[in-house]
Amino acid sequence: MDLWSAISVGLKEIWANKFRSLLTMLGIILGVASLVSMSALVAGMEKGAREALIAIGGLKKVRLEPQDVPVDQRHLKDQAVGITMKDVEALQHNAHSIEILSPEMRQYGAVVGAKGKTFSPFIVAGVWPVALEMGEHEIEHGRMFNEMDDDMARSVCVIGTETRNELFGSPEEAGREIIPIGEIITINNQAFTIIGMFKHYESEQDRKKRELENSKPKEARSGPTRSKGWRGGGQGNFVFWLKNATVFMPMNTMWIKFRSGSTSSSSSWGRSSSITYDAGDPRLSTLEVRLKDVENMDAALQQIRNILMITHKGIEDFAFRTQEEWSENINAFIKNARLSGGIIAAISLLVGGIGIMNIMLASISERVREVGIRKSVGATTLDIFVQILVESVVLAVLGGLVGLEVSFLLVKVLASISPTDNAPIITMGAMALAFGSSVGIGVLAGLFPAFKASRLSPLVALRYD
Amino acid sequence: MALVEVRNISKIYHLGGEEIRALDDVSLDIGSGEFISIIGPSGSGKSTLMHILGCLDTPTKGTITLDGTMIQDASQRQLAGIRNKKIGFVFQFFNLLPKLNVLQNVELPMIYGGQSSRERKERAMEALKMVELENRSKHRPSQLSGGQQQRVAIARSLVNDPRIILADEPTGNLDSHTGENILKLFRNLSEEGRTIILVTHDPEIAAVTPRKIEIRDGKVATKLDAKLAGLDRSISNGMGGH
Ligand SMILES: Nc1ncnc2c1ncn2[C@@H]1O[C@H](COP(=O)(O)OP(=O)(O)O)[C@@H](O)[C@H]1O
Ligand SMILES: [Mg+2]
Repeated sequence: MDLWSAISVGLKEIWANKFRSLLTMLGIILGVASLVSMSALVAGMEKGAREALIAIGGLKKVRLEPQDVPVDQRHLKDQAVGITMKDVEALQHNAHSIEILSPEMRQYGAVVGAKGKTFSPFIVAGVWPVALEMGEHEIEHGRMFNEMDDDMARSVCVIGTETRNELFGSPEEAGREIIPIGEIITINNQAFTIIGMFKHYESEQDRKKRELENSKPKEARSGPTRSKGWRGGGQGNFVFWLKNATVFMPMNTMWIKFRSGSTSSSSSWGRSSSITYDAGDPRLSTLEVRLKDVENMDAALQQIRNILMITHKGIEDFAFRTQEEWSENINAFIKNARLSGGIIAAISLLVGGIGIMNIMLASISERVREVGIRKSVGATTLDIFVQILVESVVLAVLGGLVGLEVSFLLVKVLASISPTDNAPIITMGAMALAFGSSVGIGVLAGLFPAFKASRLSPLVALRYD
Repeated sequence: MALVEVRNISKIYHLGGEEIRALDDVSLDIGSGEFISIIGPSGSGKSTLMHILGCLDTPTKGTITLDGTMIQDASQRQLAGIRNKKIGFVFQFFNLLPKLNVLQNVELPMIYGGQSSRERKERAMEALKMVELENRSKHRPSQLSGGQQQRVAIARSLVNDPRIILADEPTGNLDSHTGENILKLFRNLSEEGRTIILVTHDPEIAAVTPRKIEIRDGKVATKLDAKLAGLDRSISNGMGGH
C-alpha cells in the first residue's frame, strides 16, 4: 500500500470516528494554542520594551553626568569644574568613537505658563539643535531652532505635546488639532515664542488605539469628561509621557536668561559681554553622546574618560550613564518570560501527546476486529502500522492547524484582558515551532499504538464476536 | 498438480498444559474449479483447517502447497500477499467494516493490492453487480439486511479475482430462505469455474456441493456419513436440499 492510500485510509477512519478524533486532537489543539499565544505575549512585551528603549535613544546613547568628587579627591573639590563646554570641545576634537554630542543645560523645576495656566514640564533645557537627533525627537509643526537662534540667544522654544495639552488644551478634548506655533509662553516668567512642536510620542499600540477611536464617529458624551489617571494610559507609556513633557530652547538662551549653571571658579563671564563659551564655562546638566557602535563601548568610554580626566585636571567629578543596565533587565525579563512560557507550552504539548497515545491505545481494543478484517483481505503488519501512525500524524497535523486557528482567538482574548499595553504578536517562528512539535508529538505518540495494533493476529481479531 | 495440496498437517494448541489437537494429520487435495464442502460437527476443526488453507494461520506440522507456493515457509508479508491475491474469505459474521460504505468495503482488498483508485472503483462496482447490489454502493453495512451484507462480503471476496474462495459457515447467521440464495450465488460462481470451499456443520448445506470432506476430531473421516450420502442423491434432482 502506498503512502497516499495510507493517508486516505487514515483520513477516512478519522472522519468515520469524528468524536473520538476530536477528543484526541484536543490536547494538541490546546498545546499549540498555548505555545503560540504564550510566545505572542512575550513577543509583544519584547517589542514594547524595545520601543521604549529606542524612544530614550537606544544602547548607543551614553549620558555624562556630574558627580560628587570621589572621597580620595575631596581636597580638590574647589577645583572641580563640573561638565562644561570645554569638555564638549575636547571631546569633539579627540574622541573619535563619538558620533553625535549633545550638551544640555537644564532648568530644574521650571514652570511654564500661558493664558493663566501653568505646567511643570519634565525637562526644560537649553540644547543644541543636534539634541533633536540625539533624543530621537521629531518636529511635527513649525521648526527646530537653528545655530543662528542659538548664536543670538533668541527667546524661542520648542515644546512637546504634553506641554501643549496642559497649556492650550489637548486635541482629544477639543476635537481638533491644536498647534500653538507663534504663541507666547512664559518660562519662569520670561517670555518665549513657540517656534516648533514635537510630534506626539506614543507606543505603536496607543497610536493604533487612538487612530481607531478617531475613525469612529464621535458619540455624544453623557456626563462630565474625566481624565483616566495618566494622560496616555498605563505604566508602560511612562517613557513616552516623559518625552512629551519636554521643552527645549537654544543653549545660549538658557544660559543668558537663567544662568542656570554655575560658572567655574576661574570664570570670566562677568567681565565679558560677548556670548562665547571661552569667556566663561557654563556648567552643563548633562552631556549626551552617541557612540558610533555599541560593540566597542568599553573602549570608547575609556577613551572619553581619558580625555575628560585631562580637562578636569584629574578630578573625576563626572560619571557615565548607559542604558545597558536597563536593557539587561529587559533581556533578563524576556528570557524568563520565554522560559516559563516555553515550559507551560511544552507541558501542554506533552499532555496533548499523551492524550493522543492514550486514545489511540484505547481505540485499538475497539479496533481489533477492524485490524483482523484488514489483515484477512491482505493488509501486512507494515500496512497496519503505517495506517495507525498516519492516523495519529494526521490527527496531530489537524490538531496543530486547529490549534493555530484557536491561538488567534486566544491571543485576541488575552490581548483584551491582559494588563500590559503591549499587544501580543504572533510570530511565524512560534507558529512553525508549535506546528512542528505537534507533528513530532503525533509521530511519537502514534508509534507505540501503531506497533501494538500491527502485531494483532487476524485470527484473534476475527474470533472477536 | 492440484491447486491445493495438504500433506499431514496438524495444529496443536496448548491450553493449561493440556494438548488440543485441533487438526490431526490431515491430508487432502483440492483441484482447480472444484466446489467442495468441509463438513463436521462444531469443534471438529473445520475453521482451523480453513484458516490454515486461507493463510491466516500456519500448521504446527505438515506442508501445504497453494497454487505452487509452499506456504509453511512463507513470511508474514508473503502470506498477506497470498491472502490478498489468491484467497477470498466469506465469514459467518460477514466481517464488513461498519464505518465504511458498501463500495469502500468491496474496494478494501484492492487498497492493499495497490490498484489505482479508478480501477478499484470499476472493479468494485462490477463485483457488486455480480451480487446484485450495485444500487446499494453508498449504503453502510448496518443499513443492509444480513443476506445483503453477506452478498457484499462475497463481492469483496471476488474483487481481486482469487484462486480460491473460502466460506466459513456463510449461511450460519441467515434465515433459511436467505441462506438458500447465498448458496445459489456460490453455485453460480462455481459454474463460472471458481474454486469454492464451503465450511459448514449442516449436511443440508453440504449437499449442494459435488464433493464433501468430513472432519471428525481433527481428522478427515475416510468413510462418508450415511446421512450425507442420502442427501447426495437428492441433490441430483435439482437445487434445494431438504
Ligand atoms: N486459539 C485456540 N486455542 C485453543 N484451542 C483452540 C483455538 N482455536 C481453536 N481451538 C480448539 O480447536 C478445536 C477446533 O476448533 P474449530 O476449528 O474452531 O472448530 P469448528 O470450526 O469445526 O467448530 C476446538 O476444540 C477449539 O476449542
Ligand atoms: Mg468454526
